[in-house]
Amino acid sequence: MKHLPSGGHKPLFMLLLALWVAVPVRAQSSSQSASDSSFLSTLGELREASYSDKAGIVERLSQSGHPSIRAVLVAFLEDRLYFRNDDQKIFIVKSAEGDPLTLIDPLSLKDAGSAPADSLTKIGTNNGLRRTLRTTVAHFALASPDAAVRLAAVQDMLRSLDDATVALLRDRMGVETNSRVKKEIATGLALAALDDSDTNARLNAIATLKSSVSQDVRNKLAVLIEKSPDGSFTEHDETVRRAATNAVETIDRWRTFYSDIETLFFGLSLGSVLVLIAIGLAITFGVMGVINMAHGELMMLGAYTTFAVQSAMPGHIGISILVAIPAAFIVSGLTGVLMERTIIRFLYGRPLETLLATFGVSLVLQQTVRSIFSALNRSVVTPEWMSGSLRLNDALAITYNRLYIVIFTIIVFSLILMVLKRTRIGLDIRAVSQNRAMAKAMGIRTEWVDAATFGLGSGIAGVAGVALSQLTNVGPNLGQSYIIDSFMVVVFGGVGNLWGSLIGGLSMGVVNELLEPFAGAVLAKIFVLVALILFIQIRPRGLFPQAGRAGEDK
Amino acid sequence: MLGLWHGNAGAGLHKDRGGSSFLAVLVLVAIAVPVLNQVVPASSALHISPFGITLIGKYLCYGMLALAVDLIWGYCGILSLGHAAFFSLGGYAMGMYLMRQIGPRGVYGDPILPDFMVFLNYKSLPWFWYGLNHFAIALTMVVLAPALLAAVFGWFAFRSRVTGVYFSIITQALTYALMLAFFRNDMGFGGNNGFTDFKDILSFDLHSDKTRVVLLVITAAALAVSYMACRAIVDSRAGRVMRAIRDAESRTRFIGYPVESFKLWVFVFSAVIAGIAGALYVPQIGIINPSEFDPINSIEAVIWVAVGGRGTLYGAILGAVLVNYAKTYLTGAFPEVWLYALGALFVFVTLFLPRGIIGLVKAHEQERGKDQ
Amino acid sequence: MSARDKRLYLEDLTVSFDGFKALNQLSLYVDPGEMLCIIGPNGAGKTTMMDVITGKTRPDSGTAWFGDSIDLLRLSEPQIVAAGIGRKFQKPTVFEQLTVFENLELALAGGRSFLKTLRARITSEQHQRIDEVLEIIGLSDQRQSLGRILAHGQKQWLEIGMLLMQNPELLLVDEPVAGMTPHEIERTAELLTSLAGEHSLVVVEHDMAFVRSIAKRVTVLHEGSVIAEGNMDKVQNDPRVREVYLGE
Repeated sequence: MKHLPSGGHKPLFMLLLALWVAVPVRAQSSSQSASDSSFLSTLGELREASYSDKAGIVERLSQSGHPSIRAVLVAFLEDRLYFRNDDQKIFIVKSAEGDPLTLIDPLSLKDAGSAPADSLTKIGTNNGLRRTLRTTVAHFALASPDAAVRLAAVQDMLRSLDDATVALLRDRMGVETNSRVKKEIATGLALAALDDSDTNARLNAIATLKSSVSQDVRNKLAVLIEKSPDGSFTEHDETVRRAATNAVETIDRWRTFYSDIETLFFGLSLGSVLVLIAIGLAITFGVMGVINMAHGELMMLGAYTTFAVQSAMPGHIGISILVAIPAAFIVSGLTGVLMERTIIRFLYGRPLETLLATFGVSLVLQQTVRSIFSALNRSVVTPEWMSGSLRLNDALAITYNRLYIVIFTIIVFSLILMVLKRTRIGLDIRAVSQNRAMAKAMGIRTEWVDAATFGLGSGIAGVAGVALSQLTNVGPNLGQSYIIDSFMVVVFGGVGNLWGSLIGGLSMGVVNELLEPFAGAVLAKIFVLVALILFIQIRPRGLFPQAGRAGEDK
Repeated sequence: MLGLWHGNAGAGLHKDRGGSSFLAVLVLVAIAVPVLNQVVPASSALHISPFGITLIGKYLCYGMLALAVDLIWGYCGILSLGHAAFFSLGGYAMGMYLMRQIGPRGVYGDPILPDFMVFLNYKSLPWFWYGLNHFAIALTMVVLAPALLAAVFGWFAFRSRVTGVYFSIITQALTYALMLAFFRNDMGFGGNNGFTDFKDILSFDLHSDKTRVVLLVITAAALAVSYMACRAIVDSRAGRVMRAIRDAESRTRFIGYPVESFKLWVFVFSAVIAGIAGALYVPQIGIINPSEFDPINSIEAVIWVAVGGRGTLYGAILGAVLVNYAKTYLTGAFPEVWLYALGALFVFVTLFLPRGIIGLVKAHEQERGKDQ
Repeated sequence: MSARDKRLYLEDLTVSFDGFKALNQLSLYVDPGEMLCIIGPNGAGKTTMMDVITGKTRPDSGTAWFGDSIDLLRLSEPQIVAAGIGRKFQKPTVFEQLTVFENLELALAGGRSFLKTLRARITSEQHQRIDEVLEIIGLSDQRQSLGRILAHGQKQWLEIGMLLMQNPELLLVDEPVAGMTPHEIERTAELLTSLAGEHSLVVVEHDMAFVRSIAKRVTVLHEGSVIAEGNMDKVQNDPRVREVYLGE
């Protein structure tokens, strides 16, 4: 459950800090030079000091009131405080990685050129010092005009409460206006009050904490109802114990609820991948009556395209994924068109034969990929904007990559619906699928429509591959591991029905994730299969049966 | 397209020339291989090594699997992509017997528990292992396990009129699910290592050439008997009903045949043949593990049938032997090429050789017949 | 029930597909040995009615009895065949990969289960019966030909031949003369007329001349219900029938 504030937020956080620091600069400009020199000399002491001395120096720095103090302390905390070996001058570096390092002047916080990494020495920290730094930085942040900064600061402080921080929180409570920050502060104060001598204060604290869903809070409360090894309760006051038990139960209930929501979301995101794969299948199977066993491999091609695009533009990982989407669509789509023109068009009306021939194609594609990229798995880098997670509360965080995949699926699904319903080619596709002879008689170039339809289905497989590359490693067997599941989706949803694929895919994903904790991944799969076999007893043609060409077997 | 030999299928009069030649070849193999192994000295170029015997035995087992697939696909029009499951179940049943025969000779020396159970901290034998130290019970299970699975699965599938590609897809899912299940250690079937290190069968040493030769002869005999049984079925009125179902299912129903029951019988019988093939395969190859359930194995078996010529029975066996010979050769000589070759074979056969090799030969003969 | 000892009772049958009523409270009866012709425009429900009788489609409501004791709605398709109802489809479907002889053999009355057919042998009596039917349908010379190489008219006859092999009490014949030459139509008319008496027949046909040549009683279906009944002259002069057919 520990999703620390993600990398994506850090630059924002820093920027706000910088702004906050910059504001008072003008007001204090008169006494500037005097405080500058004392600040610099105090800072200089850090070079030689022991860890315990450093704590004292930090204390003094924080009381100096110098405008750039926060930025300096944050840099210190993040191991970005250095001194130059030849002149002993202290600098902040923009990032501790890379060479040369970009320098920032600690007084003006302006760029100060750069220097090779080996000409600088880092000013080290240890755990104890970092704790002090965190609290100190948090103190500053409490005064920030930005609620998000304050919230982060309070959450940071809750991790190591002491008398000083509690006092700070109490002061802040009086003036705080933001309700989320207020709630967080109240939690902190209540946590502190748990150790109060007054029973009423403790009961009140427990009542406050009851509404939290944080694991830390729960653990603190759980301590109150623990038994010591001799069997007696560590907490002697029975009313406190009872209230604590009740609070822990409430918190657990909420945490279970949120973790269920998380499971549901996981299921939806897994289901989204299945939907993406199944949409393509639904088009080729439902519209054309072709069982494309190479569909999984077309998806694998999409995933490898993502890998190739990323390798081609190593400096732009964030954009590469956006470039990969059309690229994968084109690569897989063209492969699909090629398959249709050379093989499949000779096999229309013979679904079992298309199954065998496309299976052959799938073997060839797998081996081709093995020859080009080797049999080893390749990992596609997740761009920064897709990593990390969206933290909704202490018990519920949603990873961005899964969130984006769900959104992406919705977009792709709507696009396909629109293409099929609102465009000329969509009309042609539907016409051909419903009555080939009639469509031909009306002047639709059925051959062209066939190729385009198959290309569309295959292109969507490629796009699904891009999404999949964000969830798992890319290897030659990628296609195989998903194809059976997605065929199940198509059978479940009803062949050739996009809505069926959507509902089928999502529900299979959710059922899989719901069962997994109890049954394990394998039994969950088996259960889904058995359920499907039973389901087609009731609805042999799936949820949304199609009354088209492919729907009819003689 | 399929009923190639129907032309001369008069009232009960069948000239099964291909089948007779096939049986003759089988008899020849059953006589020649033992002689070439046991009598001809190892120094001779004609000597067949133990490896060669194993290879031929493997081809014959695959031939049986292909026969099973052809019976249901070629004659009843049901494309099962799950026959590897029946093959493997038969193999596992035999494997359980062979594991129990190891007894205290295992690495851990436990008189009852096979090594993997000791390794996985089993305290006692799981119930489904009871009795499998008796050969007769093992043989019963070889037949019963695939038959039961086919019966239950087929009953559900056929009853709800799951046909065509739908059936293919769910049979594929079936074998896939079983593969996943058998990969699990707590299934009690040795997890991903499966069973191996067999010692003997009915007290005969599995590593001796004599035992190998006898197993090969038994396999040849089993294949011959299965072939004749399948031939008898397809030549009976039931066989004609099967072809009627294949070509016009609902029409068959309307002249009163219980189509679902026919399908079920044939499916179960076909599964049993596949199971026996698996049971013969395991002692000769010396190992069975969950990868035998891999859906690709089932699909490969289908392509053997397609290559040889579906709906001919002996063609299926011919296809199995040819494709597997090519596989043995290519995976040895050019491992990279094998999947390309297999993939291309799938495409080539469906596009250009829909009747398989036998169909090609027949068409050729017909041409000649017309000329004369 | 209005009358006793009918061969077939259909009462108040309603079948709807997606809200469209293919049959709308249809009731009709067939006497033993009678030949009933059913006419009606496309979509009148003729084929659906046959589907209900043969168990292919289950009605939403209504009853269908074969004789006085067999409830057709409770039987599966093969059971209905076993009870003595045979059907010739609109589109001729013979088994294309089987010979004419084998087609007739499969239709032969007898055990239909897998195990029975596995052991079944053709007795000389049955062989004779097949020869007879081959003679009746004029396909004696084609007995060893595959079904697929037959001409369209021959396929129609083979189907009728298969019906005869089953020796059913009730024959449902859907468009028996579609695509036939006048000479073939004439022979088919003779054939069907010769069957009546021993069997009950329900014949659905569009060809009015043909219907006129064989029918004693004609029933007109429209939008899933019976709108007229009687001999050919009577229904042809029925104002509702004229309206339906000619838009008058």
